Amino acid sequence: MKKAFTEATLSNGLKVLLKEIHTAPLVSSWLWYRVGSRDEPTGRTGISHWVEHMQFKGTPQFPASVLDKAISRDGGMWNAFTYMDWTTYFETMPADKIDLALRLEADRMTASLFDEKEVASERTVIISEREGSENEPLFRLGEAVQHAAFRVHPYHHEVIGDLADLQTMTRDDLYRHYRAFYVPNNAVMAVAGDFGTGDMLRRIRELYEPIPAAPVPPRLARPEPEAGGEHRLTVEGPGETTYIQVSYRAPAARHPDFFAMTVLDSLLAGPSSLNMFGGGGTSNKTSRLYCALVDAELAVSVNGGLISTIDPFLYTLTITVHPERKPAEVLEALDKEISRIREERVSEQEIARAVKQARALFAYGSESVTNQAFWLGHAEMFDTYNWFLTYLDKLAKITPAQVQEAAQKYLRPQNRVAGIYLPTGDGK
Amino acid sequence: MKPNSTPHSLPGPEDVTRATLSNGITVMARSNFNSPSVVVGGHLPCGSLFDPPDKLGLADFTALALMRGTEKYNFQQLYDLLESNAASLGFSGGTHTAGFSSHALAEDLPLLLDLIAESLAHPLFPPDEIGRLRAQLMTRLAIRAQDTAEMADLTFDQIIFEGHPYALPEDGWPETIQAITRDDLAKFHAVHYGPQGMVVAIVGAVNPQRAVEEAEKHLGGWKNPNQPAPPALPELKPLESAARRKVTIPGKAQSDLVIGAVGPTRKAPEYMAAALGNSVLGQFGLGGRIGDIVREKSGLAYYASSNLNAGVGPGSWTVGAGVNPKNVEKTIDLVVQEIRRFVRRAVSPEELADSQSNFVGRLPLSLESNAGVMNALLSIERYDLGLDYYRRYPVLVRAVTPAQVLETARRYLDPDKLAIAVAGP
Repeated sequence: MKKAFTEATLSNGLKVLLKEIHTAPLVSSWLWYRVGSRDEPTGRTGISHWVEHMQFKGTPQFPASVLDKAISRDGGMWNAFTYMDWTTYFETMPADKIDLALRLEADRMTASLFDEKEVASERTVIISEREGSENEPLFRLGEAVQHAAFRVHPYHHEVIGDLADLQTMTRDDLYRHYRAFYVPNNAVMAVAGDFGTGDMLRRIRELYEPIPAAPVPPRLARPEPEAGGEHRLTVEGPGETTYIQVSYRAPAARHPDFFAMTVLDSLLAGPSSLNMFGGGGTSNKTSRLYCALVDAELAVSVNGGLISTIDPFLYTLTITVHPERKPAEVLEALDKEISRIREERVSEQEIARAVKQARALFAYGSESVTNQAFWLGHAEMFDTYNWFLTYLDKLAKITPAQVQEAAQKYLRPQNRVAGIYLPTGDGK
Repeated sequence: MKPNSTPHSLPGPEDVTRATLSNGITVMARSNFNSPSVVVGGHLPCGSLFDPPDKLGLADFTALALMRGTEKYNFQQLYDLLESNAASLGFSGGTHTAGFSSHALAEDLPLLLDLIAESLAHPLFPPDEIGRLRAQLMTRLAIRAQDTAEMADLTFDQIIFEGHPYALPEDGWPETIQAITRDDLAKFHAVHYGPQGMVVAIVGAVNPQRAVEEAEKHLGGWKNPNQPAPPALPELKPLESAARRKVTIPGKAQSDLVIGAVGPTRKAPEYMAAALGNSVLGQFGLGGRIGDIVREKSGLAYYASSNLNAGVGPGSWTVGAGVNPKNVEKTIDLVVQEIRRFVRRAVSPEELADSQSNFVGRLPLSLESNAGVMNALLSIERYDLGLDYYRRYPVLVRAVTPAQVLETARRYLDPDKLAIAVAGP
């Protein structure tokens, strides 16, 4: 069988993963850096995301006005994301145009200008981005819950950062952060699509190997102590709709329990798709919580979310309360379902169904070259690509006993934050 | 690096099958064996144009209620069939049509078509389920009323389409949704749902001939001889002067604004010139000229762009942005100034060439997924574009000149007669 992908590490420490896919004349290239909001001390929250924005503001070789036009002119799609553990930049281009993306990313690994004027203008853009999020009740609730869940660990703040820091950080703060973390030995390059591996690897060596390695600051490591009991909080704001967010401390992606939690999430709130870019998912109307909350007319929607992170993060249930119901009634019904899955062992069939769903959702992801390139690099940010390759096998091995153990270990009231968004009306 | 794929990854007459079922339904099919999945989507002419004024939202409510229980399957059984196979299916209401979209592993194509046929032809509208759905719709409307972007859009449509059905929200108002009874849904369905004017596209790991046969088996026997023709659209009166409206949503951190005018229909000869002009104005790169002035140069907004929405009837050509409430006036001034410049002088040949390259270059990406091809096939059918449309596309794009863009811009965007909608605190 042909090898599914190729892995190499350049002499400067840049890790490269390549996967040939010849289904469409496209190539998707992703450059991942091991830096995110968890690397930000108080006073500089939001700096990783802001640096990401500044990476679109030009270098001497690719000034800002040239940069965005060059990619769009070739019909490419490009963007960047900052998250808790990582920051990533991608371009999906017609296959014969991908060289531009490779040159651009090599260039802005070291040469971004961080012009003082551009920093000033981007400050207000990012504050505007934050204000747009603040318009959403679920952002405000999520921010409060996350902060209550992490007193010590730097997962405690939103990626966008706090307004106080966005108003005061300087150009030099940003530039220092950039130069400290944007080095080849702190990066992973993942490319998938319509290319020949030999040619691609040669070109990447040519462009990236001259960039020198440099020492990388240690990542903030402040483990969150055991939760000492349930936290409850309320957030008040405009509107007529009540929302509930319940977040349980969850295992890290690399922890063996992560896969039992994935099955638990699927049974409780429906299967989650790993497809970030096309391919799609399925609905969750036969999940336990949909039946207990939505069919029972206590809520109008419920969703679950488990995130693959380096350190333990949260398993989150988000509920939109039925307009004629009170949040206390919903929480009571939720707790009943949580108790049931903790006390009664789930059947083999239920797990088999969840695994079958995961297999199909996984298969849909192969429709998009961008999605495949995403996973090639993303899994490296919290484990290795092997995590993704063995994902289905690990799910298939989960037993009813393991699901119950995970439920008993993680879905305890003492292990959670329960937040309620209380609407204050429409102001009329 | 050399691309190694086959040259014809774009759909064309020799790899798209178009067939008519025995009851008149049009089926389009194209195979793609690169992934084991299949998508099925389509539309039929029972949109909100048929809504009575006191029951706005009826068509949308009906479409959303189709899967709440059918003769063969109750709600739980229907979703169990879908979700056990990680398949998805959803219906939604539009202005002219009700649409549906679904995907599954290719082996489950018969299941998808069975569920589509059941939902379309044999829905029961069980009262309990309708009650649940109504609460969900009411919540959706309560959320809409708090959403600055949605309220700015809705208000904009009310200004430019005054006196025209396009001014009315497809999802209705809380009082009209409350006024709709279970029997209204059943009646709307009985009268308007039928094979006449229905189009289905099937794309994925399935032989096109087999796709058509499966469609015939599940949908070919459906009949509704009394299906009424869609109502004719009334004339639209153009705005005689600039118009501005504000929706106040207290407690919000950001205001959304929409500025623009009526735009061309999708079938208008000048559509391509408008689309390319729109790209220069507010799409290309990080939001074209609008993104450059509002976001990059002035730092006023995280998002700022222009949009051309073209469909069966008159469309809209707008600029939208989300800004701090204290910057609303400043942003409006900048945008109007930019529109003024756009209609005063033709775009440069370089600007136009950039957008033309983008339109042609992005085709492989937009047609990469089965869903992308499905939407392309549905557009071909809806707007009579011809099965060779995507093969002719580069020529159509490159034929547009700066003078045509200017002429089209002047025709639709009068800087002194713009509609401006703002929603925020």
